[in-house]
Amino acid sequence: MSDFKVRTLAEVSAAGEEVDILFWVGCAGSFDERAQKITKAVAKLLHQAGLKFAILGTEEACTGDPAKRAGNEFLFQMLAMQNIATLDAYQVKKIVTACPHCFNTLKNEYSQLGGNYEVLHHTTLINQLLNEGKLSIQGGAFKGQRITYHDSCYLGRANGIYEAPREVIQKLDAALVEMKRSKANGLCCGAGGAQMFKEAEKGERDVNIERADDMLEAQAGVVAAACPFCMTMLRDGVKHHNKEQEIQVLDIAELVANAMEL
Amino acid sequence: MLHYLQQGLFLIVSGVAIYFFAKNLGKIRRNILLGKDIDRSDNPRERWMTMLKVAFGQTKMTVRPIPAFFHFIVYIGFVLINIEVLEILVDGIFGTHRAFAFLGPVYNLAIGFFEILAFLVLIACIVFLSRRFVVKLKRFSGVEMKGFPTRDAATILVVEIVLMGALLKMNACDQILQARGAEHFIQAGSFPISQYLVPFFSSWSDQSLIIMERVYWWFHILGIFAFMNYLPFSKHFHIIMAFPNTYYSNLKAKGELNNMASVTQEVKLMLDPSAQTPEGYEPPTSFGVKDVTDLSWKNLMDAYSCTECGRCTSNCPQNQTGKLLSPRKIMMDTRDRLEEVGRNIDANGSFVDDGKNLHSYISEEELWACNTCNACVETCPVNINPMEIIVEMRRFKVMEQSSAPASINSMFSNLENNQAPWQFSPMDRANWTQDI
Repeated sequence: MSDFKVRTLAEVSAAGEEVDILFWVGCAGSFDERAQKITKAVAKLLHQAGLKFAILGTEEACTGDPAKRAGNEFLFQMLAMQNIATLDAYQVKKIVTACPHCFNTLKNEYSQLGGNYEVLHHTTLINQLLNEGKLSIQGGAFKGQRITYHDSCYLGRANGIYEAPREVIQKLDAALVEMKRSKANGLCCGAGGAQMFKEAEKGERDVNIERADDMLEAQAGVVAAACPFCMTMLRDGVKHHNKEQEIQVLDIAELVANAMEL
Repeated sequence: MLHYLQQGLFLIVSGVAIYFFAKNLGKIRRNILLGKDIDRSDNPRERWMTMLKVAFGQTKMTVRPIPAFFHFIVYIGFVLINIEVLEILVDGIFGTHRAFAFLGPVYNLAIGFFEILAFLVLIACIVFLSRRFVVKLKRFSGVEMKGFPTRDAATILVVEIVLMGALLKMNACDQILQARGAEHFIQAGSFPISQYLVPFFSSWSDQSLIIMERVYWWFHILGIFAFMNYLPFSKHFHIIMAFPNTYYSNLKAKGELNNMASVTQEVKLMLDPSAQTPEGYEPPTSFGVKDVTDLSWKNLMDAYSCTECGRCTSNCPQNQTGKLLSPRKIMMDTRDRLEEVGRNIDANGSFVDDGKNLHSYISEEELWACNTCNACVETCPVNINPMEIIVEMRRFKVMEQSSAPASINSMFSNLENNQAPWQFSPMDRANWTQDI
């Protein structure tokens, strides 16, 4: 148990206080058991860095990303406008999120509906905090370990963020190894575009199994992810090959939190 | 006398060739403008830079170095050898021979360089043919490549080989005539490649050589006119469209999907029934893309810019794992349907319902497989966006036909009821904070 409590914006503003940044948790981060661990790691890091942050709690709704990608623009805009109304009511300026899909939608698509915020993905923020010395890694739990990084499509190709997560891994003193398909050429985990919520079409194999081959080939003990949906898909891929003992899939936030023994 | 006949004939032939080419360009322009209007007039500076880098500089080709190298040769060959075509045009119109020869050493150097280039182009085309038909690279197969598309690719390569051959053989005859001091054949040019073809022709009489030189000359220029007129019907049209298509590239983040303004007004009314509608507001009549005319003109320009190289398809995670989805097919279907709509307009004056639309070409199985991962968009050497067409067609499926896979529909109803794609109570959203 940590020595701090994650507060909601409602609680913070009732206390007449302000925050530096809103932590947008996202649906996976809120409800998915595995992703909750990532959420907690992010919260611990924000707290450790001395940032005043809050969440929306029950006032947060899905950004609408899966609805938009699946072609339901009505539903997307309903959710988006509801969220924008909430965010604007609290005069939110700056948002961090651990989900690349939330990140992309909040950053690129809410502005089209009048919601303008500075939106950071947690890998960018963590990298900044490490650069500024607000977080520092000692102990070297991952020193010398082979770690490979799986690019999330919605961070990488969609928004050009390739380096921040890699820089964080290098700060762990770990040996960053690349999979044969990485960065702009990275292979999708298979979840995006609302695929997470449906069965795959018929074919030879699932996309995450294909990606798992790349992961095995990289011969890394840790696969770093930066997206809760990638997390699910990659873990299933590892399970498919019965390599759960050899390969750990961890989020960038978890890597840093573990290294800092938080 | 023969000269005047040739000049006259040349003028007629070029006039006809240019007329039909312009006419077909006009049709393509009209077809592209059947698309919905979007604004791509912003940031001219960045647009020019994108075109310079991506189309002129071919920066996105370099990811695959082998085809990039040979393609660059063919591209440079095409651009530079066309300077020689300019001379051919001048010679044809004025009955001159090697009209630019007055440039002296520069001319000799240029002709020599073009010969080397022509030879390299010939080699590159042979390499390309063997990649397709001997090595049989997977990228060049696929359901959408059966029939015309494969014949189209082969035709272009064979024609280029034949044209380059004619150019070299013409020069071989020419240099023998020059050496023999034949009338009209002034001393000009250097022939680093065609000199090796001289032995094949050296025993011929002056008269036969003059005829052969003319035959190859005519063959070369007629070949170029024919090629030019084949372009608007071929994937090879990319040599023209690559430039405007990269100029009009999407400059925003690839992850950003367009906002449907028609929906925004409806949603505002739904959330607040007392809200005022703007003056002259008319509720939208349809949502998403049913047919090609619902796409943007840029989507349609994309379709005409596609040279069916298949980088999109070979990078698509779904295609790599054996699914039906192929981004290249999306582009080819779009072009095929647009051409069909164009022919319909040509025949009837305006479009007459033919009982078909873009969904007759692209199936639900293809549409629902897309990961929206942007791999196809990222890899396209001329900045085509197949993903946008897929999402627009999903919009039609969902908002017009309510026809989505059952699991997608339950995701939608979870979003409506619980504000999350899964069936969790919204009241439990912050439960994770309890045991941090």
